[in-house]
Amino acid sequence: MKGRMISPGKAKGKAIVSTEPIGFYGGIDINTGIVIEKGHPLEGKSVKDKILVFPCGKGSTVGSYVIYGIKKNNVAPAAIVNKETETIVATGVILAGIPCIDQIDIDKIKDGDELEIDADDGNVKIL
Amino acid sequence: MHLTKKEEKILDGESGEVMARLFRLLVRLGDIYGADKMIPVGSVQVAGVSYKSIGDPGTAFLEDMASKGAKVKVLTYLNPAGMDLENWEELGFPKDFAKNQLRIMKAFKDMGIVVTSTCTPYLAGNLPRFREHIAWSESSAVSFSNSVIGSRTNREGGPSALAAAICGVTANYGLHLWENRQPSIKIEVSSDLKSNSDFGALGYFVGKQVKNKIPYFTGIKDANTDQLKALGAAMAASGAVALYHVEGLTPEADLVESKGLEKISVSQKEIKETYKKLNSGKDPDIVIFGCPHASLREISYLADKLDGKKLKKPVWICTSRMVKEAAERMGYNEIITKAGGSIVADTCMVVSPIEQMGYKTTGVNSGKAANYLPGFCKQEVCFANIDDLVEGQL
Repeated sequence: MKGRMISPGKAKGKAIVSTEPIGFYGGIDINTGIVIEKGHPLEGKSVKDKILVFPCGKGSTVGSYVIYGIKKNNVAPAAIVNKETETIVATGVILAGIPCIDQIDIDKIKDGDELEIDADDGNVKIL
Repeated sequence: MHLTKKEEKILDGESGEVMARLFRLLVRLGDIYGADKMIPVGSVQVAGVSYKSIGDPGTAFLEDMASKGAKVKVLTYLNPAGMDLENWEELGFPKDFAKNQLRIMKAFKDMGIVVTSTCTPYLAGNLPRFREHIAWSESSAVSFSNSVIGSRTNREGGPSALAAAICGVTANYGLHLWENRQPSIKIEVSSDLKSNSDFGALGYFVGKQVKNKIPYFTGIKDANTDQLKALGAAMAASGAVALYHVEGLTPEADLVESKGLEKISVSQKEIKETYKKLNSGKDPDIVIFGCPHASLREISYLADKLDGKKLKKPVWICTSRMVKEAAERMGYNEIITKAGGSIVADTCMVVSPIEQMGYKTTGVNSGKAANYLPGFCKQEVCFANIDDLVEGQL
């Protein structure tokens, strides 16, 4: 699948898919990378080293710092794939250097799929 | 995107390494979102201030910027910090937390940022005008300035707002452009909204439904700025709503195209269900008002209710330093303190470490706070209007 590069880089890993938007601030623990939002479909799961797939961001604009923080704390996802990346996630991934692509039909990606990401070309491959 | 010769030189590092790095972030965002050029901003509001929110990585990032001599070019305010910056010891904020929080404040001050920490800059001396381009980041402040004032800002991430402050510009895309300020969904409200918490419940419900769309409300007969602040804050928290219009009330509502939109109806039933959903606890250990930061009108209302009374549990009302100053002058602070409550400035329940302070169940009248407290502060929540919450503690 071909999308738009938000932040460059390449990555390979298991997809962790959320059908719901993610708010990083208050949604993901900055020290552990575990989803802490009550009632979120990914609650209790870690995003560390996975390819995190979700439709779009939501909630607090402090989310950019949380993305930067989870990267510095080595619990960040290996890459992010969105339907639509809004500015909060975009700022975070650019600052943190996490590969990120949007404009992808994420309904085609299933939780646990092995993905190969080439953000420079906007490519998402299901292996 | 078109860059001027001067801007090209900034990218080449002529204005220093920090400017080049931050300008690159703005250009990157502009390229992604199809901006044609950079535009000057009238003011900035920077989020990502609490040590609890940004942690050690964020603190190091800010200290690095400050140590390299970064200075802001326009009036720049800050989001709430993780504690009352003056009264923290008395209110029981942990010492090691305070130490880190004060490091963050120093870094901001060194960059020339006004260290007034508030999510309501428009009530504390940073008031943009209609159609002014600004770069604000706290989600409820973004919603208020876009919707109620009619100034123009995207939802800036903390670092991109800081970049706009230091560069004095932002990329011209998204909500800076009139065509992107058109509503994409109509919300027909038939419920009679009374208290500020009713507006919070409406906002929470609508934000969940519409995510990042631009809602156009009909059926809201009247609302003061406190109620619009509560509505916008809740929608920005449960969804990513950065702009809304209210027929007859907000400045752009008559100017946008509101015909032929998909519709959602909200009746008393949805509001009631939202109250039920947001109530995960019973019997709060602490009641906190002021999310977003309380106006003087809200503080005076609380003071009236508490005059001569005694509270069973702590009650806080969070606000900006400026509004607290006025509340002190009016004697509201004394009344609230005598009753056993506190006016807490510079911070709020969401960004302060209340879970480390032994509180497990928090009473709030804010849809936004009710959205964040369970995840971020591990709190059970009692969501109700201010009258019920206060009367429960007398």
